[in-house]
Amino acid sequence: MYKILKKEALNPTVTLMEIEAPLIAKKAEPGQFIILRVNEEGERIPLTVAGYDREKGSVTIIFQIVGGTTELLNHLEEGDCLHDFVGPLGTPTETEGYKKVCIIGGGVGCAIALPIAQKLHEMGCEVHSIIGFRNKDLVILEDAFKACSDSFHLMTDDGSYGETGNVCVPLNAALEAGERYDVVIAIGPLVMMKFVCLATKPYEQKTIVSMNPIMVDGTGMCGGCRLTVGGETKFACVDGPDFDGHLVDFDEAMSRARSYPEFELKAREKACNLFKKEVQ
Amino acid sequence: MPVKFNMNPKKNPMPSQDPNVRNKNFKEVTLGYTEEMAIDEAKRCLNCKNKPCVAGCPVNIHIPEFISKVAEGDYEGAYQIISLSSSLPAVCGRVCPQESQCEGKCTRGIKGEPVGIGRLERFVADWHNSHSTAAPDMPEKNGHKVAVVGSGPAGLTCAGDLAKLGYDVTIFEALHLAGGVLVYGIPEFRLPKAIVQKEVDNLKALGVKVETNMVIGRVLTIDELKNEYGFEAVFIGSGAGLPRFMNIPGENLKGVFSANEFLTRSNLMKAYQSDSTTPIWQARNVAIVGGGNVAMDAARTAKRLGAENVYIVYRRGMEELPARKEEVEHAEEEGIIFKTLCNPVEIVAAPTQNPRDPEYGTVVGMKCIKMELGEPDASGRRRPVAVAGSEFEMEVDCVIMSLGTSPNPLLKKTTPGLETKKWGEIIADDNGLTSIEGVYAGGDAVTGAATVILAMGAGKTAAASIDKYIQGKNA
Repeated sequence: MYKILKKEALNPTVTLMEIEAPLIAKKAEPGQFIILRVNEEGERIPLTVAGYDREKGSVTIIFQIVGGTTELLNHLEEGDCLHDFVGPLGTPTETEGYKKVCIIGGGVGCAIALPIAQKLHEMGCEVHSIIGFRNKDLVILEDAFKACSDSFHLMTDDGSYGETGNVCVPLNAALEAGERYDVVIAIGPLVMMKFVCLATKPYEQKTIVSMNPIMVDGTGMCGGCRLTVGGETKFACVDGPDFDGHLVDFDEAMSRARSYPEFELKAREKACNLFKKEVQ
Repeated sequence: MPVKFNMNPKKNPMPSQDPNVRNKNFKEVTLGYTEEMAIDEAKRCLNCKNKPCVAGCPVNIHIPEFISKVAEGDYEGAYQIISLSSSLPAVCGRVCPQESQCEGKCTRGIKGEPVGIGRLERFVADWHNSHSTAAPDMPEKNGHKVAVVGSGPAGLTCAGDLAKLGYDVTIFEALHLAGGVLVYGIPEFRLPKAIVQKEVDNLKALGVKVETNMVIGRVLTIDELKNEYGFEAVFIGSGAGLPRFMNIPGENLKGVFSANEFLTRSNLMKAYQSDSTTPIWQARNVAIVGGGNVAMDAARTAKRLGAENVYIVYRRGMEELPARKEEVEHAEEEGIIFKTLCNPVEIVAAPTQNPRDPEYGTVVGMKCIKMELGEPDASGRRRPVAVAGSEFEMEVDCVIMSLGTSPNPLLKKTTPGLETKKWGEIIADDNGLTSIEGVYAGGDAVTGAATVILAMGAGKTAAASIDKYIQGKNA
């Protein structure tokens, strides 16, 4: 069993948890993921590692409450335990040898982008961060990003906080002004990563994206997480989750991500109803 | 005690659920012999002097001896004889390809049907499991630690044999449940999970520790197991790994799955139960590509999940299907449609080009080409050749690729010095020893996709080698 050491609501739909998992904490690197099950009958869900404390023996996860399982997870409290927690899975994000990097985070994807930005910053790399949210209420990790960034843009779609527009606005401006990076690392919703790649492509600006497709085992056995990258089939769990964004077939990835929409909707309703009953 | 032989040329038929009932439920298909049937069948064994059946068994079970015990009605005695050679009789009695092993060599098979050795093995194991209450004796510990990577048939067998010799054995399993392919791959209707759980519990009663959620190569490496955790030897039984695809257009469409994914969702993640938290693709017309046991399992699972038409699409003929004969027969009885001498060339998507349309990127058909058998190839099987101009399209809303697997590259990548073949299979000698001292391997990780019993055999061999190695080192 894997104990929840800390729980913190970052905004009404995004929660941070620190999980006791000393062996995983010892090995985890930015860009890798874990798979968890809330209870004995639960589904396996992959979440990218948002942080780790090797001494304390804990791994941080940050998740958005989008479906049945994340709803259940969010109802656990400090001191409760997760049934299963396995990792670290996938290949860590490449961080060696970079001098100037642009990190782009969208929504809850910022949670995964942050440890990469922090690691690069610690390694002496110049970090330019752009983080984007739909509106002010959904903003997370602003101060943490500021602390490890040499330049920083916070965007909201509706302009209710920071600058108005999506993450491509400051990115385009920088690229147009002649700014170039060793790499742009974009982590967020598929559609955001797709448009970041469309923006960097004309400048031949190397762009890495972190894919988070549907998966079952996370060790290479099921092949459910496959993507087309440069015309070849790749498994996100063992070949990724990081890929060259200019080679990823985003339309296919978006289609595959919507394989079970009705089921997911029902699962969420079921979980919500369960908690309503408890309240009554 | 002299036994009167039963000279009936036919096996006692296996009682089973009616095909049109069972293809709508996930309960076990075959029900097992009664005592009367078992004794009657046991009396068909001629107790041949040269015992061809034993040579046909990968773990050399003393077959005529256990069958004589059944004929005498001494079922526990029969179980004890099987136990000398096999650690998972309830499993093997159900999933072994007996027709190409023990039963394929049976003298009675020359002029009629062979003795139902598999059915008798299952009867004996089930009798033992429902009658024996005695917990196995905890062996005296010898103080030596061995790690087993993977809890499938190879790992369970290796762990069991070593535990009986007094070793302190820890199994590391990547998934949340022990059993490997026995729990994620083989469906409930062919191998009830309670049987696998019982085998795992038996190992625990022998003192074996089972650590789930441990992906060796990631959370701990083989080197760390040996150098930091004090395991004197490591057995790798990590299984086959990555599913193969055909590399034809349309394979990444929504509704195309590997058999591994489809079966794992249904079996391990229990999507076959209506209240499961795991989604599974609902389809009316399902094509399974491939002809092995896994393909039969996927086809019969799809039928039970409610598909109207389920096709096995296989490029060779019925005679060449690599699946167990019984699985093919069961599949046919349950209404699975065999499209043999037929090979997919493209999977067809819904016509919409609008990515926002929910139909975008979803399977609606599969283009195939007819095949004919030409000259035998390197494997001795006749090579299928495409018939020019014979393309046709099948209307399907789900395609399941069941084409075997390639080894998982994780352990090779994270274990310096571990040698593998070109396609990634771990190289192990006849004793199971890899290129690293103290590290042994067996099962699909070494051979590529094969059978439960071959994996068990490899686990057994490796256990004996590990014992010899550790005793030799400490002599």
